[in-house]
Amino acid sequence: MKYLHLIWAALFRRKTRTVLTLVSIIAAFLLFGMLDAVRTAFDSGSQGIVGVDRLVTSSRYSIIQPLPESLGARIATIPGVRDVGHANWFGGIYQDPKNFVFSYAVSPNYLDLYPEIHLSAEQRKAFDGNRTGAVIGDKLAQKYGWKVGDKIPLQSTIFPLKNGSKTWTFDIEGIYTVDKDAANGLDQLFMLHWKYFDEANAFGNGTVGWYVDRLTDPALGDRVAHAIDALSANSDHETKTQTEQAFSASFAKQLGDIGLIVGSIMGAVFFTLILLTANTMAQAVRERTSELAVLKTIGFSSRSVLALVLAESVLLLLIGGVIGLGLAAVLAPAIGKGSGGMINLPPVGAGSWAMGVGLMVLIGLVVGALPAWRAMRLNIVDALAGR
Amino acid sequence: MATLIDIQNLAKSYTRGKQKVEVLHHVDLTIAEGDFLALMGPSGSGKTTLLNLIGGLDAPSAGSISVGGQRIDQLGGGALAKWRASNVGFIFQFYNLMPMLSAQRNVELPLLLTKLSAAQRKKNASIALQLVGLADRASHKPSELSGGQQQRVAIARAIVSDPALLVCDEPTGDLDRQSAEDVLGLLQQLNRDHGKTIVMVTHDPKAAEYASHTLHLDKGALVEQGAFA
Ligand SMILES: Nc1ncnc2c1ncn2[C@@H]1O[C@H](COP(=O)(O)OP(=O)(O)OP(=O)(O)O)[C@@H](O)[C@H]1O
Ligand SMILES: [Mg+2]
Repeated sequence: MKYLHLIWAALFRRKTRTVLTLVSIIAAFLLFGMLDAVRTAFDSGSQGIVGVDRLVTSSRYSIIQPLPESLGARIATIPGVRDVGHANWFGGIYQDPKNFVFSYAVSPNYLDLYPEIHLSAEQRKAFDGNRTGAVIGDKLAQKYGWKVGDKIPLQSTIFPLKNGSKTWTFDIEGIYTVDKDAANGLDQLFMLHWKYFDEANAFGNGTVGWYVDRLTDPALGDRVAHAIDALSANSDHETKTQTEQAFSASFAKQLGDIGLIVGSIMGAVFFTLILLTANTMAQAVRERTSELAVLKTIGFSSRSVLALVLAESVLLLLIGGVIGLGLAAVLAPAIGKGSGGMINLPPVGAGSWAMGVGLMVLIGLVVGALPAWRAMRLNIVDALAGR
Repeated sequence: MATLIDIQNLAKSYTRGKQKVEVLHHVDLTIAEGDFLALMGPSGSGKTTLLNLIGGLDAPSAGSISVGGQRIDQLGGGALAKWRASNVGFIFQFYNLMPMLSAQRNVELPLLLTKLSAAQRKKNASIALQLVGLADRASHKPSELSGGQQQRVAIARAIVSDPALLVCDEPTGDLDRQSAEDVLGLLQQLNRDHGKTIVMVTHDPKAAEYASHTLHLDKGALVEQGAFA
């Protein structure tokens, strides 16, 4: 630590050059912060082990094609199925088309299928007892400042009421929280009663969008899925049943590509950064040759000169990198706010910080290695004579 | 007086490509503790080379150098650096201060290698600056000081860890008459009052007068003073 002023002085010997280099480091880590946050957010949506005991049964051909409500009772009889619920896509808009609210019309037992959802017993009771009631995730409540007791008008993108109006009004009866490892977006859902939806909807005809089948044992997944699909084989509503995990896996494949894209971009950015910073460091050390020789003359060991130069380049990366990541942490929510929630960049998480700092140190070492090695090998007599 | 430096049959050669240049040959020299020796000689005669060997900056090709009973020609790089830190102070023609550091911080530099506390380092550096008459310039950067002042800061840096030996390579080579006299007076004072042994390379006979005696080097060998008379 007593050498810090030395390192600091060396770093800002050429202010303009150092500042310019810092700017590019800041830019690189700002980008890294944002992209890595996006990547981790996507990843976390597909990694949880929650939901291994759930299957999703939908139309074999298209999620838009409805299934008969009567199918539920038949699925329930299959051995290995603990409970069956169902949901329909509602698709609500709140006041302005850009305020899209993910909303499902769900069966009475739907919430029981998701133990990762936590709703107080009274709110649950109130929801169950109110035909036009709704429960919402806490993130959604936060987003619009909705509270229990509020009457919320939602415009359905698809379904008009029997009187022709597309504006449905719901009473918020409960706000639930979800476990940390719950699937992404679960805390932003708006759930209404399927029964009300089906009865009040001009197109209501007793059909459901998809079934959620909770298993007695996750290991039975494949067998049960086959059995469920067999129920509707050769009918006009053939089904496809997948585990939530399989569903996630196919999803994750696309996300793997996001990881790859993010990785490639960052690879290119960091490669450029390394070239640039390495050049700065090489120049900085070259023009300080005689100063380094003096340090050695005074009695600094070759190894401490090596350490000084390495520390200098790591410090350079850390200063720029921390500012860059810090900016990303500040800017991400600001962009979300500024865009009215249209672009929702996730916050920079601890994982991104850890990886970022690791990268800063690593790049610092890589970039400082050659100049540090040169400084270590520097011949005092030659350097002092300007040879 | 006791011998501080004992040099025997010293030789130094450099290989440049295929060519081998013998810069010093058969140098025998003893320097007593408390001596102030001026080294003179034409350009290229090997003065700097000899000084660097005495200060432990370079290793001889043959022969032995002992300083204070320590065979420094037998020390490895790391041990030699340690030895320099506590036994030699260096003063160069172009001062070689750290341009980004204040005079105070420059003088403190050698003390970073000691176990002294920050407060102790500060105090010792202040004392050294006081000794060279620059206590009021402690916070100035080298660029804010005159050449003579810079050289005095360099002298403060050389003495701050209290080495027995000071080696100076043309310390006044870049200074005007007045500044040169200040610096030489200071060196003389350090020699006389603080018992520092000084070896100083100079081209200037006037500077050599400040030393207690003068040796001449020519073509890599010490010559009798009479040869020049
Ligand atoms: N590292 C080296 N490689 C090759 N030749 C060298 C090296 N160091 C010194 N020499 C040669 O040794 C000779 C003596 O050099 P040195 O620097 O000791 O001379 P000097 O007496 O100090 O001269 P000046 O008065 O000009 O400073 C010169 O011819 C120089 O070119
Ligand atoms: Mg010389």
